[in-house]
Amino acid sequence: MMPFAAVVVCSLPAAVVVAAINWHTLLFFLFAALACGFAVAVAAADNVVRMALYLIMSLGATAGLFFLAGAEFVGAMQLMIYVGGTLVLLVFGVMLTAQSPFVSLRSSTGDKVLAGVAAVALLAVLLQAAFSIESWRRPASGVVEQPAATPLGMALVGLRVDEPPSGAPDDAVRSGYLLPFEIVSVHLLVVLVGAAYLARAKRRKTPRPIEVVASVEPPASVAEHAAIGREPGRRGSSVLTGGGA
Amino acid sequence: MVDFLITTVGLPSWLAWTAAAGLAAFLILNLIAGGALVFIWAERKIAARIQDRLGPTRTGGRFGWLQSLADGIKLLAKEDLMPDGADPLLFRIAPYVSFCASFCAFIALPFAFDFVGLRLNVAVFFVIAVLGLEVFGVILAGYASASKWSLFGAMREAAQVVSYEVPLGMCVVVPVMLAGSMDLVTIGEKQAGWFTNWFIFHDPFTFVIFWVYVTCAVASVNRAPFDLAEAESELVAGFHTEYSGLRWSFFFMAEYGSMFLVSVLAAVLFLGGWNGPIPLATLAGLSEGTGDTAGYFVRLLGMANLLGKATLGVLIMMWIRWTLPRLRIDQVMTTCLKYCTPIAAAMFAGAMLWQLALPGGLVAGLSPPTAGVREGWLQEPADAPAAAVVEPAADVAAAGGSR
Repeated sequence: MMPFAAVVVCSLPAAVVVAAINWHTLLFFLFAALACGFAVAVAAADNVVRMALYLIMSLGATAGLFFLAGAEFVGAMQLMIYVGGTLVLLVFGVMLTAQSPFVSLRSSTGDKVLAGVAAVALLAVLLQAAFSIESWRRPASGVVEQPAATPLGMALVGLRVDEPPSGAPDDAVRSGYLLPFEIVSVHLLVVLVGAAYLARAKRRKTPRPIEVVASVEPPASVAEHAAIGREPGRRGSSVLTGGGA
Repeated sequence: MVDFLITTVGLPSWLAWTAAAGLAAFLILNLIAGGALVFIWAERKIAARIQDRLGPTRTGGRFGWLQSLADGIKLLAKEDLMPDGADPLLFRIAPYVSFCASFCAFIALPFAFDFVGLRLNVAVFFVIAVLGLEVFGVILAGYASASKWSLFGAMREAAQVVSYEVPLGMCVVVPVMLAGSMDLVTIGEKQAGWFTNWFIFHDPFTFVIFWVYVTCAVASVNRAPFDLAEAESELVAGFHTEYSGLRWSFFFMAEYGSMFLVSVLAAVLFLGGWNGPIPLATLAGLSEGTGDTAGYFVRLLGMANLLGKATLGVLIMMWIRWTLPRLRIDQVMTTCLKYCTPIAAAMFAGAMLWQLALPGGLVAGLSPPTAGVREGWLQEPADAPAAAVVEPAADVAAAGGSR
């Protein structure tokens, strides 16, 4: 966290100078710094709810980046799906897994090293992909004249515009990325159900005494207390006192 | 407004943008805070009258006008307590999360034609998405308080809000479908003219779905009879049991802000937005485009219209609160899943079929031609900010590079 904070503090005066020229750039750097900083904080925190807070901040800053880029629909989607989804995840995570208040998830050094290696590898792949694009241009303006979707986006909905059908018999196989996408979604669902099952299985080992207690009739004194202040003919009192006071 | 600052006042573009954004933020913030001040007083008076009492009568004259101000000073002076077992960071940040979510949704709300903080072409979607975030502050507060009352309240709130988002979304889709746009300004504009043009009177299905929307809106802002998160007879004060002073008042302001928000949304989506029941301005020959002064006057009239409708909505919510008893959690879920969702789905299908069969609406004869309605979905506004601000060549390169 410290080197990151130092970078932010040092770049602030420069950013203010930039602001005199262009708000867009300043806000971009602000949102980008927020997204990256809170992403680091997610990894560094050891409390589930704090992690969720940082994750939501990071995802919200990403939504801000989308709004800044003029992609309002994607930004609102980001808020709806990711930020709202994290919320549900948090509720279920806490409800299903918490055994005591303020659970602390301290990971071992080995885990940290493994996670670091995986993260650096992924970052390397992403950076390589990002820098392999020759020039970052604005997409052609005018939604109506040209299709705005990229070949990848078209392939996701099932149209391979990058590989036009040649009439070969294996055309049926090349049906875009829709099927893999669906398989990944179902896979995620299975993982979610499995996680919920695992989290529940631990609790069922102990029998629940509450169920036994609930089936016992309330003692007579309790029933009398409950009947005080109620009219004898009302249904509520008759249920509590076992049929007529 | 940015154009005005740049061309007429002669400010540099970055300063003009700063001033415009600051002014919009200032106005929205004061609308929420001032609105809360008035509504808290109104709530006290209405509650008192419904319960056959007088309510505040002494602070600030006969009607207790200054009661909210006195409350505010009291809250400022109160000690800011925090339980020993609480998570300090989350406990402190939770009220601001709630308030910021409420505030952010106001950015995309129009208050008259083009009186809007930020005109988004997916404004409806944005408002619904941000409205759902307010619950996060409540969950954080409930969890961080290290109190069972708070946690129960937060969990109830989470279950309730997540459930009620489904029928609420379905209700909101119907006006979007009728207007053919998710832009709130366009939706309001489509309902110009007599009150028969309002979407609530478009067909029987929209009339029914409006009441479903009212139910879901009351539930999603966590007001009685759906205020299980702060059920004072069972949970002390629910999620804000451990809060006091200014932080507690932030929760309160967020609640009143959200009430006002869903009321404005109802007014824009179903009740004609800033168009009055009788198009007085149009009958007098005025419109937003007749000229600077006249157009401004028409917009102010529209704003008065919209704020009046929204205030009426808030007052109706108070009336409901002090009239109906609180539901149990199973009744809340039954209302949502067994009644609101199926009714909303059926009405959605009905409104769709009606739109196919009779696109003119219920009383087609009274509807004036809706020429001049701008389509906000595909087309950028003519005075697009990017074109207006970027003048030097260096800025073009910078904007192009960062987009």
